[in-house]
Amino acid sequence: MNWSWTFFFEYLTNGFMFRGAWTTVWLSVISMTIGLGLGVVAAMMKMYGNAAVRYIAEFYIWLFRGTPVLIQLIIIYTGLPQLGIRLNVIESAILGLALNEGAYLAEIIRAGIMSVDKGQNDAARSVGMTWRERMYLVILPQATRTIIPPLGNQFNGMLKTTSLASVISMEELMRNAQMLAQINFRVLEVYSVAALWYLLLVSIWGLIQQRIEAHYEKPFGPAAAISPEAAKELKKAMQKAGATKV
Amino acid sequence: MTQGIQNAPHPERPAMTIDAPPPAARAATSRPTKALGAPIVLIENVQKAFGDNHVLRDVSMTIRQGEVVVICGRSGSGKSTLLRCIDQLETIDGGTIRAAGHLMGFREKNGKRVALRDAEIARQQRDLGMVFQNFNLFPHVSVIENIMMAPVRILKRPRAEVKAEARELLARVGLPEKENAYPRQLSGGQQQRVAIARALAMKPQVMLFDEPTSALDPEMISEVLDVMVDLSHQGMTMIVVTHEMGFARAAADRVVLMHGGEIVEEAPPEQFFTNPRSEHTKLFLSKILSH
Repeated sequence: MNWSWTFFFEYLTNGFMFRGAWTTVWLSVISMTIGLGLGVVAAMMKMYGNAAVRYIAEFYIWLFRGTPVLIQLIIIYTGLPQLGIRLNVIESAILGLALNEGAYLAEIIRAGIMSVDKGQNDAARSVGMTWRERMYLVILPQATRTIIPPLGNQFNGMLKTTSLASVISMEELMRNAQMLAQINFRVLEVYSVAALWYLLLVSIWGLIQQRIEAHYEKPFGPAAAISPEAAKELKKAMQKAGATKV
Repeated sequence: MTQGIQNAPHPERPAMTIDAPPPAARAATSRPTKALGAPIVLIENVQKAFGDNHVLRDVSMTIRQGEVVVICGRSGSGKSTLLRCIDQLETIDGGTIRAAGHLMGFREKNGKRVALRDAEIARQQRDLGMVFQNFNLFPHVSVIENIMMAPVRILKRPRAEVKAEARELLARVGLPEKENAYPRQLSGGQQQRVAIARALAMKPQVMLFDEPTSALDPEMISEVLDVMVDLSHQGMTMIVVTHEMGFARAAADRVVLMHGGEIVEEAPPEQFFTNPRSEHTKLFLSKILSH
């Protein structure tokens, strides 16, 4: 067996790996945020636009969901310069990941909006809200509740999809692991550490997602719980009625 | 130590009689006719179809300020659609609706009618309040935020001032202690009362009620009707689609029966119940009063 704990712990505490992981985090957050914006716009265009607008949104979703994100990244970074469009590594990575994510999120957001009861739109109109106000104040906040779980799933995926940006030499976790592997050829150790980093990031995200879900679930939580006073009264009454264990 | 469960103070006001009183009692309860103001809702030859289904056929009606009109009729008779057309939740296919000083859904330009844009319709809708069968409270915000949302976010009125008014409205509908509850935590009757408060917060000139008690358990109907009767006593102009004939007797100035998208009977409540002219009305009354 040729496993070196020394190398393993060396990589685990390596600042280069840590910086790679940090790049993975901010690259994911920025790409996701832009993707979310694109997704909302594309979903709106598809749901409420006229035929031309709808076609543009559908074409975008079809194109970016229909092709591998790896090809999208390579075309943006390596292919577009042929057309005179030159983006640096970071711009290319963010653009590619965001465009891809936006296409998926558009469908998730659309489903979220459709899940909001039609009566909500009537009620919002009846108090005199414009389309924008209805969306912003009534429909989207409620759609968010439905959207958050799949959105969290998407972000979980995003944390790992960023590794594909290593092929355009984006120095994130995967790329840095590759570089370290080429120095000492301790392939198993270095990629194990990279895998652990991904696990850690995803786990932290899982905890954050739980918090966010709880926040949006709060208004929809279990119906009125019995008040403490009423609970006390009930306990007394049951004792009086002869219950030994309450 | 050993006290039994104490009865919580009963928040509800005495329930209103919903059953049909005998004719003698009915005569005794007939109210003095109140002074009505100028016409505030004018419906002229309104047409509405969903595909081949002609839901409203040439409906015309005038409602005066302070008047309470009850619209009844079997399902599919067009009564809810009429209400939704008045509030522009549906666009009409023909005719004219004027309400609270607006030509609903249109603007007149050189004698021609131009359909209004969404934002302009929204401005008209602010002067009409609507209460729905399924309450349609905003489930993601608390009771008080439900009431405050439109005045604060749309009319941009100061929050503190609106909050004071919202609390007054909550007291008026008998739910002062529920301001921080979420709609989900309220009973149907309570939700509907909040929905009434939400509509009133925009200070509408006309209130429209679309079967406000149809989705409620029987024991909750009276708490909502009481609030509505109160509102009518305060001079609110109300158009109410309902089958609660007790409410019609107690508060309506006029009862209208719709059938097949047309108005077939239109009379003060005493006459509507005791001496209807239309066969449809006689049949309708026999069905809802004989159980």
